[in-house]
Amino acid sequence: MSEPATLPLVSSLLDAALPPSGLAWLDTARRENSQAFAAGGLPDTRVEAWKYTALRALGQRRFAKGDAAAQSRAVDASTLALPGIDGARLVFVNGVFRDDLSALESLPEGLTLQPLSQALQGDPEPLRFALSRHYRGAGDAFARINAANASDGVVLRVAAHAKIAVPVQLVFVGAAAETDLAWHGRNVVILGEGSSLSLVEQHAAASEQAHLATLVSDIELGERASLRHVVLQNAAVGASLIRRSSLRLQAHAQATMHVLELGGALVRHDLQVELAGNGSRLDTRGIFMPRSRQHIDTQLAIRHQALHTVSSSHWRGVANDRARGVFRGAILVAPGADGSDASLSNKNLLLSPGAEIDTKPELEIYADEVKAAHGATVGQLDPHSLFYLQSRGIPQAEARALLTAAFCRAVLDDLPDQPLREHLAALVLAHLPNT
Amino acid sequence: MTMLKIENLHARVEGKEILKGLSLTVNAGEVHAIMGPNGAGKSTLGNVLAGREGYEVTAGSISYNGVDLLALAPEARAAAGVFLAFQYPVEIPGVNNTYFLRAALNAQRKQRGEKELDSMQFLKLVREKLKVMQISDELLHRAVNTGFSGGEKKRNEIFQMAVLEPQLAILDETDSGLDIDALKQVAQGVNTLRSPERAFLMITHYQRLLDYVVPDFVHVLADGCIVESGDKSLALKLEDHGYSGIGTSQPSGAAA
Ligand SMILES: Nc1ncnc2c1ncn2[C@@H]1O[C@H](COP(=O)(O)OP(=O)(O)OP(=O)(O)O)[C@@H](O)[C@H]1O
Ligand SMILES: [Mg+2]
Repeated sequence: MSEPATLPLVSSLLDAALPPSGLAWLDTARRENSQAFAAGGLPDTRVEAWKYTALRALGQRRFAKGDAAAQSRAVDASTLALPGIDGARLVFVNGVFRDDLSALESLPEGLTLQPLSQALQGDPEPLRFALSRHYRGAGDAFARINAANASDGVVLRVAAHAKIAVPVQLVFVGAAAETDLAWHGRNVVILGEGSSLSLVEQHAAASEQAHLATLVSDIELGERASLRHVVLQNAAVGASLIRRSSLRLQAHAQATMHVLELGGALVRHDLQVELAGNGSRLDTRGIFMPRSRQHIDTQLAIRHQALHTVSSSHWRGVANDRARGVFRGAILVAPGADGSDASLSNKNLLLSPGAEIDTKPELEIYADEVKAAHGATVGQLDPHSLFYLQSRGIPQAEARALLTAAFCRAVLDDLPDQPLREHLAALVLAHLPNT
Repeated sequence: MTMLKIENLHARVEGKEILKGLSLTVNAGEVHAIMGPNGAGKSTLGNVLAGREGYEVTAGSISYNGVDLLALAPEARAAAGVFLAFQYPVEIPGVNNTYFLRAALNAQRKQRGEKELDSMQFLKLVREKLKVMQISDELLHRAVNTGFSGGEKKRNEIFQMAVLEPQLAILDETDSGLDIDALKQVAQGVNTLRSPERAFLMITHYQRLLDYVVPDFVHVLADGCIVESGDKSLALKLEDHGYSGIGTSQPSGAAA
């Protein structure tokens, strides 16, 4: 990918290099990733992982470096509240930790939670492995610039056997600023052996400004650890949001994810999961609902690497107006992962003739006695159902919304937290036209 | 008083002419049975009345309480009191039956400028209607028709009719596939609603239902037209002799 001239985006992000951290290994990793980003530039659509997501327009934009005034940006904390969620909370505004909006006092026993900026001041050694990674893939541009420029984020640890029942809320807010900003968040979440954690990750907007954010999360589950992770992405309609979540599960660990993608102009989520230990299990459920000119791309990659690992993924896409949805679900069952069970389904609805969803399930199996099922569909609302509702007096727009919400709801049904489930279902309904 | 006046109705489906000059008049308070061979166009008539997309009216008119029914959207027809019990009720996974029914009733009330019912008022209404049309609590709380047996779907249609209290109910083979108890309940559902302000069009193949809901008129619909009309004795005649020999006499068109 030789770029004839450096793109405005690339040069503006490179200009925002961080001052020395005082940690030689960190500065080296930052420098090397920055150099890799400078050399590699942005992937174009010939790179398989970016086939359906063109970065041309984003490449022409410039962003100012992180927000110096982030501490004083007005954010109404009540807009971040979620029903039934009142535990520990960590809030970042334009990428910067905001103590005043966070709730870190009286953390439950076994939970360590702090912003990365503080963790680096304290004992950075446990973070060394995660923060000195080099990203070598052709599609890794944003991971590189994130590694080079991220100075804040979440560091969360659950001690072995600790059960953190009250969900921990992680909130990333975009707030109005004098100019469009780029910021980069780096999260490290580690669940000790036999521990459990419930996590709610929120992307919210306090303004409609078209900032760019990258977020890289490493989530490690020790043996028999269990994670419930809900992601509510409601970023500003103008925002670009590029996330990568990497999960690694040790033996008999279990992770369940429910993802709702509503906001953002250009949204990309790489969800990469390694089922590294025998008997580990992953369940993902997701809904993406691009409308107007939104582009929402989810790239799910699951690697079964050990015996009797299980993954089950159900994703639903609903595209309206001239929006575009992209879903790639790649499952690999590696040699030796015998007796594994992998299922993936992605069903999609197009609500208007100008909308588009590209979906691609991929399955590669190199092990024995593997159970696998995968499928993807793209369709329209069933005219028979629509007429049935209308014939009972329900106006067409309402009937369409009702059927679409029902279509989405199917993947929320197994979310055990009822108030949160109802909240997400209501957001889905409210996101649909004419309700 | 004339409620429904269909005149010289021609309708096409997928480019094929199905209704070929059908005329029928229904007055408030009347029950009309429509019989006829498979493929004659009976369901097509029901669908045209309810406003299903893809049914193209090429000639003729339908006036309902003096307004041009064909100009109304399906939901507006429903709000104006037209109800079609489907020959094949549709399964709608993910939409709760009770929620759906309340949404439907309130949508109709809203269109008519009436006050919407809150959940308590609606529940009371449902309980009242359950006395007539017994359907289990479990079915009420399942997704609309999803996984219902054939008979359960038909009962659900009648239950919806009971709650929505239409002025003109079109029952498309609601009696088909029902056991005898369900048939009696359907009949009771119709008879309970029967009133001088309401009218029923019952499409059926069998005399059985007409033993319980005695029609004022019986029509034979064949090849897109009403070819014969009579009183309840016509149905008995059909039961004995089938459709051969029907329609040789002049179609009477309007029955009243
Ligand atoms: N959507 C459609 N597409 C094509 N043909 C159709 C469609 N709907 C109806 N038809 C045709 O129109 C004709 C009349 O069908 P209709 O369903 O009205 O018959 P019917 O009198 O109700 O028959 P039955 O007693 O079997 O229910 C049939 O030949 C049928 O195949
Ligand atoms: Mg029929």
